Amino acid sequence: MSRSLILGACLSSLVLLAAAMSFVWTPYDYAALNIPDKLQPPNALHWFGTDHFGRDMFSMIMVGARTSIAVALVAVGIGMALGVPLGLTAAARKGSALDELIMRGNDLVFAFPSLVIAILITAVFGAGAINAIIAIGIFNIPVFARITRGAALSLWEREFILAARVSGKDAARISAEHILPNVANLLIVQGTIQFSLGILAEAGLSYVGLGAQPPTPSWGRMLADAQTMVSFAPHLALIPGLAIIVTVLGLNLLGDGLRDWLDPRIRVART
Amino acid sequence: MRFLRIFWFHRCWTRRARTPNVASMLRYALKRLISLVISLAVASVVIFAVIEVAPGDPASFMLGVNAQEDTLAALRAELGLDVSKVQRYFNWVGGMMVGDFGTSYTYRTPVSQMIADRLWVSLPLALYALTLSTAIAFPVGIYAAARRGKPGDLTVMGATQLGIAVPNFWFAMMLVLVFAINLRWFNAGGFAGWDKGLWTGLHSLTLPAIALALPQAAILARVMRSSLLDILGEDFMRTARAKGLSRRQALWRHGVRNALIPVLTIIGLQFSFLLAGSIIIEQVFYLPGLGRLVFQAISARDLIVVESVVMLLVFAVITVNFLVDLAYAAVDPRLRSRT
Repeated sequence: MSRSLILGACLSSLVLLAAAMSFVWTPYDYAALNIPDKLQPPNALHWFGTDHFGRDMFSMIMVGARTSIAVALVAVGIGMALGVPLGLTAAARKGSALDELIMRGNDLVFAFPSLVIAILITAVFGAGAINAIIAIGIFNIPVFARITRGAALSLWEREFILAARVSGKDAARISAEHILPNVANLLIVQGTIQFSLGILAEAGLSYVGLGAQPPTPSWGRMLADAQTMVSFAPHLALIPGLAIIVTVLGLNLLGDGLRDWLDPRIRVART
Repeated sequence: MRFLRIFWFHRCWTRRARTPNVASMLRYALKRLISLVISLAVASVVIFAVIEVAPGDPASFMLGVNAQEDTLAALRAELGLDVSKVQRYFNWVGGMMVGDFGTSYTYRTPVSQMIADRLWVSLPLALYALTLSTAIAFPVGIYAAARRGKPGDLTVMGATQLGIAVPNFWFAMMLVLVFAINLRWFNAGGFAGWDKGLWTGLHSLTLPAIALALPQAAILARVMRSSLLDILGEDFMRTARAKGLSRRQALWRHGVRNALIPVLTIIGLQFSFLLAGSIIIEQVFYLPGLGRLVFQAISARDLIVVESVVMLLVFAVITVNFLVDLAYAAVDPRLRSRT
């Protein structure tokens, strides 16, 4: 296993653990106001300090991890659930009008700057985590459709697929039973990358007030709140920012490491 | 000498572009142009449809709940809201083609004027960031590729991995903290305006441009490095060394030039990220650009402004991608036959 895989797995696990633990335990109630203790820098009682309402930053970061992960994970789920079948269908019907329609549709979605459309969706349907998920999820669909189609096209030329066709299986069954398991590694790696992009997108949307709404803590929202206080309480901006960086860095390293680990050619080249 | 080199490059370029493949290039350009028009048409329908779903009547929103029905009807007629949706769509698209984006529901001024005023901030910001990103990424990517596997390369790869993970709006806040609040080299926000001089305008946009550029530079440096590494393994690079060129000469004369082709595509794609990214960065620096215009319009439910700005951004992205495709096809003839 590569160093990036181990480091990425450690960092990602740390964030996932913090998010999971926040369901059962946080050092303080993340929503409890405690004005006398406001704007404390990190100390023994409040490891990450307190915000302008005296809320414990460590607890908020833990619960914020939950929000970021939930939004990004569901967005990746939407992308995979719709993009993978579209990619498999396009590959199975290569050159057909359906293939052309799917791929041109993908091109069209790609042409939209994702953040702009996220803004459009939230402008019309209102700000909130659900709309942020939909906005981020829509842009994951063409990513997964393209990557699945690309990988599936080369598989359709292989002998074992020919054997499956000779045995009488139709395109849908071949896609499900033979193509999908063979592109799964690729999808896992891409899923990790899209997951990290989702975390960044969620933070961006929350920062401009279009993501999760108060009182639900989110890292982007915490940064937006910190903006006017950064000169006298820099920890308010530093800590949520570092949380985002650690998560995204961890997931990117995990994705890179998984790609190397799951690709037999790279493994062979290395040994 | 420099003139001769430019002349040689120009001759190669024109020969390559003109001689055998003018017809295939034109065919390719036409196909892409048709695709561009279809994309823009579908995009306009999607944007219009999404905005149409929005609840609420703009006229009621502007005049308030106590407005008389005849006043509302008059305002609807004035805003062009009293015709069918299909008619409104064609009015909107037709208007945009002649530079008429409608009238803002809130400010009662032409949207095109509002956009033009804000474009003078957003567009220079995106171009400034693109220039910075390219200026940083090229030398860094070439340096890393030339020292593959050595400490210099590993440091660059580590730094770029970190750069990709940094949210640009957070980085912007850190820049403000260090360079505006502590060192006082720049203003923490606002835009001085171009009428105060080019230097003053650029000075106001420097921190936002750096915040936008650095994460993109990290991506571009990685692309430059991997593209150059691919080229360095090619046979013609070995030939260049065999005919007596030093490693450095081969790298600069043959490697970098060929490695630039995929990098140009990424630069084109980055333009859309920079335009979209500037929407958030403008919030951090309180810049009066398109981003702030969109957010002000969202909070005022001025959907005609949102609709027009989004369409303009989509138009810019689709057109830039189209131009990048053409440039790419001009230097790589294989692409034309592939599509």
